[in-house]
Amino acid sequence: MRDKILYILALVGLVLVSWTLYKVWFVLPKQANVAAYQILYFHVPAAFTAFTGFFTALVMSGLYLKTGSLKYDALAAGVTEVAVVFASINLVTGMIWARYAWGIWWTWDARLTTMLTCWLIYAGYLILRRAIDEPTQRAKLSAFLSILGCVDVAFVYKSIEWFRTQHPSPVLSVRSGGGMGPGMEAPIYWNWLGLACIATVLIIIRMRQEEVAREIDSLRRAAHAY
Amino acid sequence: MEKTEALVGRASARGGLQPAFLGLRQCLAIVAKDLRSEIRTKEALNTSLAFSVVIFVLFSFAFDPGVLNVQDFSGGLLWLAFAFAGALSLNRSFARELQNDCLDALVASPIAPGILFLGKAIANFVLLLAVEIVALAVFSVMYDVHLRPQLGSIVLVTLLTTWAVTVIGTAFSALTVNLRMRELMLPILTYPFLIPPLMAAILLTTDLFAGKPISADNTIWVRVLVAFDVIFSLLAVVFIDIVLVG
Amino acid sequence: MDAVWKYYGDFPALKNIVLQVSAGSTVALLGRNGAGKTTLLRILAGLSKPSQGQVRVQGADARQESTRRRIGVLGHGISLYDELSAIENLMVFGRLYGLPDPVERADEMLQRTGLDRVRDGLVREFSRGMRQRLAIARVFLHSPDLLLLDEPFTALDDRAIAVLHSLLAETHQRGGTVVMSTHQLREALELATHVALIQRGQIAFAGERRQEMLDDTGWLYRTYGEN
Repeated sequence: MRDKILYILALVGLVLVSWTLYKVWFVLPKQANVAAYQILYFHVPAAFTAFTGFFTALVMSGLYLKTGSLKYDALAAGVTEVAVVFASINLVTGMIWARYAWGIWWTWDARLTTMLTCWLIYAGYLILRRAIDEPTQRAKLSAFLSILGCVDVAFVYKSIEWFRTQHPSPVLSVRSGGGMGPGMEAPIYWNWLGLACIATVLIIIRMRQEEVAREIDSLRRAAHAY
Repeated sequence: MEKTEALVGRASARGGLQPAFLGLRQCLAIVAKDLRSEIRTKEALNTSLAFSVVIFVLFSFAFDPGVLNVQDFSGGLLWLAFAFAGALSLNRSFARELQNDCLDALVASPIAPGILFLGKAIANFVLLLAVEIVALAVFSVMYDVHLRPQLGSIVLVTLLTTWAVTVIGTAFSALTVNLRMRELMLPILTYPFLIPPLMAAILLTTDLFAGKPISADNTIWVRVLVAFDVIFSLLAVVFIDIVLVG
Repeated sequence: MDAVWKYYGDFPALKNIVLQVSAGSTVALLGRNGAGKTTLLRILAGLSKPSQGQVRVQGADARQESTRRRIGVLGHGISLYDELSAIENLMVFGRLYGLPDPVERADEMLQRTGLDRVRDGLVREFSRGMRQRLAIARVFLHSPDLLLLDEPFTALDDRAIAVLHSLLAETHQRGGTVVMSTHQLREALELATHVALIQRGQIAFAGERRQEMLDDTGWLYRTYGEN
């Protein structure tokens, strides 16, 4: 039953993403002033997904600390990992677009810099998890880091925004620049739904992996202890 | 000290020390212990200071003082040096408890984990500040920076930012104390977190070194520092028992 | 301890531990390596929280500050700071435990353990025996009602063992309780009033010390243990 849901979600996600791709490439008119803007349809939703993921991880970590059930820890880890993947997508697509639009690979644009910092924070989370063998300790320490990390994301977001209002630099955005024609914003949200479906599938798969890994760990402990 | 002991003794004869007072005494005991240990060995103090000065010297080769206005980079240079040097001493904070299994004895004692954390954080704060004061003097000489015009504001920014670095660094020192690659993990985890306060410090300090007072535009950064300090101090004190108690 | 479970991940290191230790008794906690002795002691010491169940010392939860003030813990390490002197080390713990007169008490303990002449010496320079005795001084500094000792006789030299014995006897006279885990069956069984055997995370036997145990130290394992 659970597997069926997984397949359906994956299918829905793929359909949505494909449909968006089709629409974006073939149906919508090319914008004259903005090159390769199609990539934004992945760049922007990836950011939404990543930040949603970081916040969800915070909630899961809190639930773990409250209940002590390692299921929430597995969820937090899975969500964070997938969020980091989508953050990477956001960064890479941002860089590609910057190359097309401005001719440079990196600009210290507020949003890219924010995403990079968040990526570093949560990459640290993933590195921390790999450094701890014992599952309960790993869950506790990760939860601590996740809570502090999410609060820091808020600080990072605001600080960099204020910094860039004082020291402006090239901005990677279509919305603030040229207006987007009608029907051009909708695909962003559809694509977000598609990416969210795919993200959910990945998270569930990752969660299962965590649970199997935990079972193996406990079997190993049992074998060595007695 | 003896007089305080006597007073406290009388209080306890009536049945136990007041909890708040006991917490303060415990905190001070931890601060005194850490400071005493560090002053005796001077390991972290010396290496941090030497490290800072080396960074200052290296940077002088990166910038040709005649061509570029070093003033523009002064804040960044200073705080980068402090952040890196700080990691050296912050790492030792909980690491020194591992020797001889002292950490277990501390956690098993009646001290509240939050107070244990605060004690260590305060000790680290004092040590970092000591290094920064000396390094700042060296820096102002090497890079011809005039501190006196805005000394009060410089002190304020330094205190706020150093506390931010201390809180995060001490919390993560506790987090990584039992891990394999502790010396590597601490910087990896700590620096991304410190980007907001360091950014604020760099912006403020660069202006202050140029002799300009904190402008209306820049007060936001002071508020960022204060908010960061308050929020993360609270978070750390409240949640540190997760990290310390297995 | 009531229905205490301790999980490391999904692995239960302690399963449904129900243990009652009456005040004034001395309990020898026996069991093979990996059976769960250290885990149990750590939970009693407040170093670790049980995944399930409750631990109460004199009616209060083990992690409460007022409870921890009455507990003394001796682990494998000496828990002393090398860069501090003997008196400074004891003062730190005296203050942590809220003693009203840390200096006098510390001096008293230094005398009891024969370290009063090296009061101001740095622990770094102490011999192994001296460090052990200072560790013992630290444990008994606050006159604990409950003593938790993890394999205390393993690393001690004769002089330290003598000091430990006398302090344990004193605690027993005061009505204090001792729980010690040990491999040295003979040593522990002589001191113990009660015995608990832990096997695979569970209590296999808990009760008064019996003559058969003294006569033949393997008896307990054979009767209640496996194989």
